[in-house]
Amino acid sequence: MKEDLVLPAPRGTAAEREREPLLEVSGLTKHFPVKGGFPIKRTVGQVQAVDGIDLSIGVAESFGLVGESGCGKSTTGRLITRLLEPTGGTISYRGRDITHARRKQLAPVRSEIQMIFQDPYSSLNPRQTVGKIISGPMEINGIDPAGGREKRVRELLEIVGLNPEHYNRFPHEFSGGQRQRIGVARALALDPKLIVADEPVSALDVSIQAQVVNLLQQVQRELGIAFLFIAHDLAVVRHFSQRVAVMYLGKIIEIGDRDSIYTRPRHPYTHALLSAVPEVTLTEGAGRNRERIRLAGDVPSPISPPSGCRFRTRCWKAQDKCATEVPPLVRIEGNREGHLTACHFPEDPTITDRGEDIVLDPALAALEETDQG
Amino acid sequence: MTSPIDIEGGGTSAVVDGAPEPETKGEGKKLEGRSPGQLMWLRFKRDRTGVICAWVVLAYFVIAALAPVISALYGKDPYTLYGQDPEYVNDNPVLDDFGLPLGYFGGVSGEHWFGVEPQFGRDVFTMLLYGMRTSLYMALGVSTLLMVTGIVIGLVGGYFGGRTDFFLGRITDFFLSFPQQLFFIAFMPVVTAFFVDPRDETPTYFRALAILIVLWLLGWMAMARLVRSTVLSLREREFVEAAKVAGASPWRIVRKEILPNVVSPILVQFTYQLPNTILTIAFLSFAGVGFVEPTPDWGRMFATGAKVAEQDPAFMFFPGVALVVFVLCFNLLGDAVRDALDPKSGR
Repeated sequence: MKEDLVLPAPRGTAAEREREPLLEVSGLTKHFPVKGGFPIKRTVGQVQAVDGIDLSIGVAESFGLVGESGCGKSTTGRLITRLLEPTGGTISYRGRDITHARRKQLAPVRSEIQMIFQDPYSSLNPRQTVGKIISGPMEINGIDPAGGREKRVRELLEIVGLNPEHYNRFPHEFSGGQRQRIGVARALALDPKLIVADEPVSALDVSIQAQVVNLLQQVQRELGIAFLFIAHDLAVVRHFSQRVAVMYLGKIIEIGDRDSIYTRPRHPYTHALLSAVPEVTLTEGAGRNRERIRLAGDVPSPISPPSGCRFRTRCWKAQDKCATEVPPLVRIEGNREGHLTACHFPEDPTITDRGEDIVLDPALAALEETDQG
Repeated sequence: MTSPIDIEGGGTSAVVDGAPEPETKGEGKKLEGRSPGQLMWLRFKRDRTGVICAWVVLAYFVIAALAPVISALYGKDPYTLYGQDPEYVNDNPVLDDFGLPLGYFGGVSGEHWFGVEPQFGRDVFTMLLYGMRTSLYMALGVSTLLMVTGIVIGLVGGYFGGRTDFFLGRITDFFLSFPQQLFFIAFMPVVTAFFVDPRDETPTYFRALAILIVLWLLGWMAMARLVRSTVLSLREREFVEAAKVAGASPWRIVRKEILPNVVSPILVQFTYQLPNTILTIAFLSFAGVGFVEPTPDWGRMFATGAKVAEQDPAFMFFPGVALVVFVLCFNLLGDAVRDALDPKSGR
């Protein structure tokens, strides 16, 4: 192998590496240039899609990434699989820096980081058979499993709950859920250590969502694959992930294990997100037992994000300090080990009703006023 | 009309020894999926207009290819001047003193099925056969060249994007801005003079080459734009990203993921391009910059027909009908191909 094709050797001994996280991301940044001007196009601005995020994913860990649309979740996933070139920061996989590795340099890592896509209707080539789609990655990486690729593909089809006899069928003959299973089989074809699942169920029917999530969970547990699970559906992430990060406008604002995020959130935005999940009560008039927060307005433009804390424009607790100082992502008082929050004025670690509703939307507030009056 | 399901079910097959063999066979076959190509073929076969037109077009190509054989059996050739050659004039005169065909309808007779040409007395039937041959072969060559160029430029521009796409796009725009018909006429003598000394006679093969070059230079833009726009939309599809995540090289992505998906629009464009090219070549010969005497050519026959339209209107009939039928059938075939490839496009 040529000198320039070799990635930096992993640091430390084997035992040290065992304890190391599988994937480590620090200060990861992606800015998309905005071009404009006539007659010569110049960069007139930057869409700060991802702006300095740090996270680490352990071996066989399922990590959830949540946030509203346009907050940079998918961009993060695409940066980690190196579909996009990071503007700044580092991505290291098992101690190897892959931030700016070229295609050939990535070859040894490629088979270990795979991706499951959002739209099962565009993620499978309509001109290829299922067999070809799933064996494609093996062919590219020159992997010849014992018993031949076809046998392996049939095994994979069985693992994801499809009939191995579907080998010669074409994608258009399958339903959305089945197609997504084919996508999962393709991702598994290379025995990956990490799968980036970019909203794998949001394009599916609710009844099918559960099946696919259960399949992913089964795969994650039985094959010991780490997952970066990107979703905007809080319930799905809660079901699937051991650790969760909440993103807002290109930054991680809160990160912690599942229970900390879902039952003891500290950041106002996490509170607002959780309170927006519809609640089902069985008995009529049993009353709410959760807090209620309704935010107003839209997410600010990522071209010119607010100074200081990015959430301050929609936060009911915002003060002058929020506009001048960027809150660091740290463990604040009252947080459990590993639970980091980026907020100057964190909320209480509870999601139960505090007797006062926070309704920031003036229209909604007026509506409720007339309702009560 | 036969539905494809009926075809595949294949009715009840005879069980010879009471063994359930045919059934298991049917089951094994069922799980073989139909490719989009096969589905297209099934849909195409159900379109009767399309199938008839395909046969007609095929017949044209076969006749053109067999032109020497047919004319040998027929016993005439397109170069002999049956009206002037003393060998024929004395035994069997075909022209009167004014150089017009004897007999009815341009001199149609058992000897000359489609009549004879005024003034020279050449046989129209063989002229048409050989003329079709010239036109079809030229059109096929030009269309193939256009297609290949268009695909290469479109793929490169569409897939690599950015600066490459910008420059290729501007070049395409530049070529599109030429008034095509005028430039065909203006460039033909220029191209010819560039390679051949104007004092010498231009060989026929070089005329063909010159036509090829001019039509190619000024015609590849439509295909390039079509391929580029298709590739642009395909490039963003997730299956291309999946191939990238798997570590596929750009060459493999273009070849295995993108190219199979641009085949349908290319095929449709090709079936529209070919009759157009035939008309353009005919136009060039008609305008006097394409093929010249004595090469038999469709366009040249129209030029002659137009010249003698008042004295001998029948001369135009056979070449005219042949061309109209061919272009019509090829266009209908193009429609049928488009419908078969994309059933949702509607009419």
